[in-house]
Amino acid sequence: MSEALSAKLSLSDDELFLGHKACAGCGGSLAVRLALKVLGERTFVVLPAGCMSAVGFLYPQLAFGCNAIISTFAGTASMLSGIAAAARALKLRDYHVVGFAGDGGTADIGLQALSGAIDRHENFIYICYDNEAYMNTGVQKSGLTPLGARTTTSPAGRVAAGARSRKKDLFEIVAAHGIDYAATATVAHTYDYIRKVEKARATVGTSFLHVLAPCPTGWGIETDQTLEVARGAVDCGLWIQAEYEGGHYRINKSTRRFKPIAEHLTSQKRFAHLGKADLVAIEKERDGRWKRIQRLCGAAGG
Amino acid sequence: MPSSSLASTMQSHFISGNEAVAWGARLARPHVIAAYPITPQTVVIERLAEWVAEGQLGSEFLHVESEHSALSACMGASALGARSFTASSSQGLLYMAECLHYASGGRFPIVMMNANRALALPWNIYGDQQDSLTLLSSGWIQIYIEDAQEALDMTIQAFAIAEHADVLTPVMLNLDGFVLTHTYEPVQIPAQEAVDAFLPPFRAVSKMDLEAPTNMGFTAGPAHYTEFKVQQHRAMLETTRVAAEVDAEFARRFGRSYGGAVTGYRCEDAEVVLVTLGSVAGTVRDAVDVLRDRGVAVGMLKLRFMRPFPAHEIEQALVATRAVGVLEKDISFGHAGAVFSEVASTLAGAANRPVLLNFVAGLGGRDISRADVEQMFVDLIAATTQPRERVRFVNVQETNNV
Repeated sequence: MSEALSAKLSLSDDELFLGHKACAGCGGSLAVRLALKVLGERTFVVLPAGCMSAVGFLYPQLAFGCNAIISTFAGTASMLSGIAAAARALKLRDYHVVGFAGDGGTADIGLQALSGAIDRHENFIYICYDNEAYMNTGVQKSGLTPLGARTTTSPAGRVAAGARSRKKDLFEIVAAHGIDYAATATVAHTYDYIRKVEKARATVGTSFLHVLAPCPTGWGIETDQTLEVARGAVDCGLWIQAEYEGGHYRINKSTRRFKPIAEHLTSQKRFAHLGKADLVAIEKERDGRWKRIQRLCGAAGG
Repeated sequence: MPSSSLASTMQSHFISGNEAVAWGARLARPHVIAAYPITPQTVVIERLAEWVAEGQLGSEFLHVESEHSALSACMGASALGARSFTASSSQGLLYMAECLHYASGGRFPIVMMNANRALALPWNIYGDQQDSLTLLSSGWIQIYIEDAQEALDMTIQAFAIAEHADVLTPVMLNLDGFVLTHTYEPVQIPAQEAVDAFLPPFRAVSKMDLEAPTNMGFTAGPAHYTEFKVQQHRAMLETTRVAAEVDAEFARRFGRSYGGAVTGYRCEDAEVVLVTLGSVAGTVRDAVDVLRDRGVAVGMLKLRFMRPFPAHEIEQALVATRAVGVLEKDISFGHAGAVFSEVASTLAGAANRPVLLNFVAGLGGRDISRADVEQMFVDLIAATTQPRERVRFVNVQETNNV
């Protein structure tokens, strides 16, 4: 990372998301703050009910320096669509429209509206900060909670230990719409994330970024381990850094040999209960995902 | 008769209630139309889509994926100070229910047409008023329309009311499904220039502005929430005055007036009055005439607004009556019709409280005939001397015969 970019990305006086009350080490707030540094103050922001709206919008302490509004939980993409349409109708110039929604708000309750908006090629950026559970309500399982993870609704019981279903392939779901631009990222790979936000900013039509955003509170990690754990997810192949552009899939970081998943997972309290068989199942699931995306890259010529 | 020179350019067309709403929306020139199809609302959005496709209407038309998204998109547009319109019905209205409260709390002056239709289960596509009356507390101004001309005119008026700085509250225009939405009538369509002069572009008091960024749709805790709700309530109360001003200005420009939140028919000396709303008012008027010809002093009070509730006007109109019936197409199970409850509570403090009966009729599109209404008057008169069951289902078969 260049010194100039590094300076730009560090905390400064002209933050557009500042003074919020997110937990220490919050990955989601980092995803929002960094993206807004790229997009700038002429940006309309939509956030559904969820962590980032809960920590940023408590009247009269409002934390966004640009235009921002909370949507209904299911309504991120539909409210974005209305804003994009109104901006066209009102002939506004030089602006961006962006949504920040969590994993539940995106892959579960908000998926219908997101699908419709992508289908219409609505001109906005949708950023899903994925902390892999409903954190704002107290760590309940979402459609993006990974296999085996313990949440308050997928507890580590004697009969069923942690989440019994695999994480939805949100990136592939979105790409299958023929979206104008989609990418995965993490809050730890800052330069890569910034590059992808810049690419989304330059895209005409709908862009979707799926950003891994660890949550110390929900994952059971130290508050200074957010970036470390996000990096670990990529290094052991549990998070795939990829892009979809012009109908082509591309893997950004092909790892020939993954780091072992055991240490990465069991350092997080949400996985502490996992046994050997569980780890094997998670590895198998990971390998299947890689095969599928590699096939997509091959088939689509990416 | 039209009183202004602008109004003389009006053309008469033979169109349905749905098309009249579409024309009203077209003439209001919304920036954004977002809608999802549902019977019997579809013709409204089909016409608007056709006009957009033909370049006759410059709105952004969003083919959204649900009614929830339709209203959510309208709120997004409204947050930027754009004018927006949608239409729905029945199951769709309930599906967007979360957004109804959201839009009124956010003070987004959206106009929506609702084709009044029965609610499942059992499935039924025909007209009754259970859908909108279930949502009386959603914070929307609720207007009930009787004919196609009123539908067109009130669609235009609705924007003027909703966008007024003292109101900033969304409006739901209710048309009885099929009976009104699909009935064709001659309708005067005002000239665009005349509507433009009556309804200038919306100037939002508060909006998301690139030059003056703001945060909207926020959270307010126990220390502030109540004050927002009090403001919302007061704005709704202000609507009564604003709607009267808007109607008077509309009358001045177009020569048609709808007479406030309630309109009486032969009520002045009536001893027995039937209160109702929507398209059945025409049938009730006929029944009143028949009974008046027989020398019976009956009348009708039509409620045009259910929110804000015209309590004062109702009290004034009914204070000297001996019996009041409420005819409505809905039932709050285990109690009474929603309109009856409100009318009864309004009259609770009256010095000589009239006898009150509730006639629940027309559910799921069952016809309400003039004979049915005449019988209601007969029952009301009888009730002044001997007690009657307060809530009665009209024209109903015994359930073991169904």
